Amino acid sequence: MFPIPIQKRPLINRISYKILVPVSLFIWLIPLIGIMLTSIRGLGDITAGNYWGIPSEFLLFSNIKDVFQNTPMLSYIINSFKITIPTVLGAVAISCMTGFALASYKFKANLFIFFTFIAGNFVPFQILMIPVRDLTFQMGLYDTVTGLVLFHVAFQTGFCTLFMRNFIKALPNELFEAARIDGTSEINIFLKIVVPLTRPAIAALSVLIFTFIWNDFFWATVLIQGQHAMPITAGLKSLNGQWVTVYHLLSAGSIIAAVPPVIMFFLMQKHFIAGLTLGASKG
Amino acid sequence: MGWFSTTPFLNVPVSTQITYRKSSWWKLNQQRLTPWIFLFPGLLLFLVYVIWPIFNSLYISLLQWDGLSPAIYVGLSNYIELLDDEYFYISLMNNLKWLILFMLAVPIGLGLAIFLNQTIFGIRLIKSLFFFPFVISQVVIGIIFSWFYNPRGVIGPFLDKLGLSNYAILADENFATYGIIFAGIYPQIAYCMILYLTGLNNLNTDQIEAGRMDGAKGFSLFKNIILPQLKPATFLAIVVTVIGSLRSFDMVAIMTQGGPYGSTNVLAYYMFETALSEYGYRMGYGSAIAAVLFTIMMFYILFFIYRMYQSEKKGL
Repeated sequence: MFPIPIQKRPLINRISYKILVPVSLFIWLIPLIGIMLTSIRGLGDITAGNYWGIPSEFLLFSNIKDVFQNTPMLSYIINSFKITIPTVLGAVAISCMTGFALASYKFKANLFIFFTFIAGNFVPFQILMIPVRDLTFQMGLYDTVTGLVLFHVAFQTGFCTLFMRNFIKALPNELFEAARIDGTSEINIFLKIVVPLTRPAIAALSVLIFTFIWNDFFWATVLIQGQHAMPITAGLKSLNGQWVTVYHLLSAGSIIAAVPPVIMFFLMQKHFIAGLTLGASKG
Repeated sequence: MGWFSTTPFLNVPVSTQITYRKSSWWKLNQQRLTPWIFLFPGLLLFLVYVIWPIFNSLYISLLQWDGLSPAIYVGLSNYIELLDDEYFYISLMNNLKWLILFMLAVPIGLGLAIFLNQTIFGIRLIKSLFFFPFVISQVVIGIIFSWFYNPRGVIGPFLDKLGLSNYAILADENFATYGIIFAGIYPQIAYCMILYLTGLNNLNTDQIEAGRMDGAKGFSLFKNIILPQLKPATFLAIVVTVIGSLRSFDMVAIMTQGGPYGSTNVLAYYMFETALSEYGYRMGYGSAIAAVLFTIMMFYILFFIYRMYQSEKKGL
């Protein structure tokens, strides 16, 4: 265990550690606490400059109601779900297949294709921007949810393939061999052996991709123009422009935008962290 | 394996002949063809949306094109123009600032991870709360920090005390970039922290105990025994931090849009602005900027791939 467990330290260390941890957590979260406090306040507090004191009114719910009534926030959120959920399903399904293909078959181009997926995953978005926007235009999908989803699925396939391939590679190969000797077709090996065994990886990928796509801002800006298809990140940005002085509403909007990924994270914490830290402890 | 030779089947009715031949052909080649069938949808999408656009962008960078009217081939003149573009250099310098300062996220994340790697009551919840900023959209982080920096915002009272009333860092062309980087590094520290927490969790206890027996303590224990074991985590932390720093688009777009006077531009944002915003639709010039960014990133990508290739070779 590193560092030495605090329980083995003198009493004074233990006490100061127990004080230090919450204090540092508080300092670390000041920005988030600030925005939460602000979302509770009314315009009165904001104009009076009361940012850190006790809110004079508790208006969180009325602020949220305000946001929903006076802005297209609801439609932004729905759009975010319409973009995020199909992307998660598509990218995970496709990468189960590519991951399986690259993990359990030997063929010449295998590593080359694998490294192409990895390299593509790290490429700066800007080098893709103009051709992707053009392509989306030509397919008649500019400014539609479908156009954005298609791109997201394609791009996320890179990361997901890396993830899935490494996961499937770590499964015992004898399983597949035994099934092959029994005459199981390759399709059935995939459906009946690989897919059930990769459930933890599927879960981890789903939460990760959900968060990535929910929080995407760049592609929403490039491929979407109108409110009808705009996700919440781009929506917040446009509200940010309009609402320079009504920070309590902007704060409420930000909190609304943050809620789904935060819930996702807390529900699936183990998977989420397992996914993010893939490779942090070995090789 | 001679699946095309029809003679052995001549005495079989045609319909069964075909199915039999098909299935036997399939049986013979199943092993060889299956990976390609499984790869097909993913590979196709990836080629169309990721690989081809890279080359297409490199080609567009040789054009003068507004996206609508016919493009004119201009050779390297976009790149030559870049050499004289003041904003390009500002962006490049800012990218460098991002890169260097972002690297601080790695040791800070390590420090936090060591600090939190204890088992006290509620530590799991505390760790997750520390990780919180990474889960939230950068747009939200950007909005929070803009509000923070606003002299009439939450930081105001403290600025007054420091004698800096009405100081707006995001409006100060000398310091605005640092203000954005500070906001950007916040979630990045959380990410590095979680990587190191996982690394610390998987340390080899025997080695540590042996080291302690030999009298290794404090920093020398850390440097000689812990840090080498954390190498995979460090590698990953550096990779994601470099890439995160070069992808610094969201924060700039939210907090300053490149201003004041272009002083907070980074290549990622400057490219976007050149190709798709008020600067006019200069697709060729934008692509040239993207190509520069791509080249810088490519060093890291190749380095990463090289590392993976080495470990793959070991694994085989």
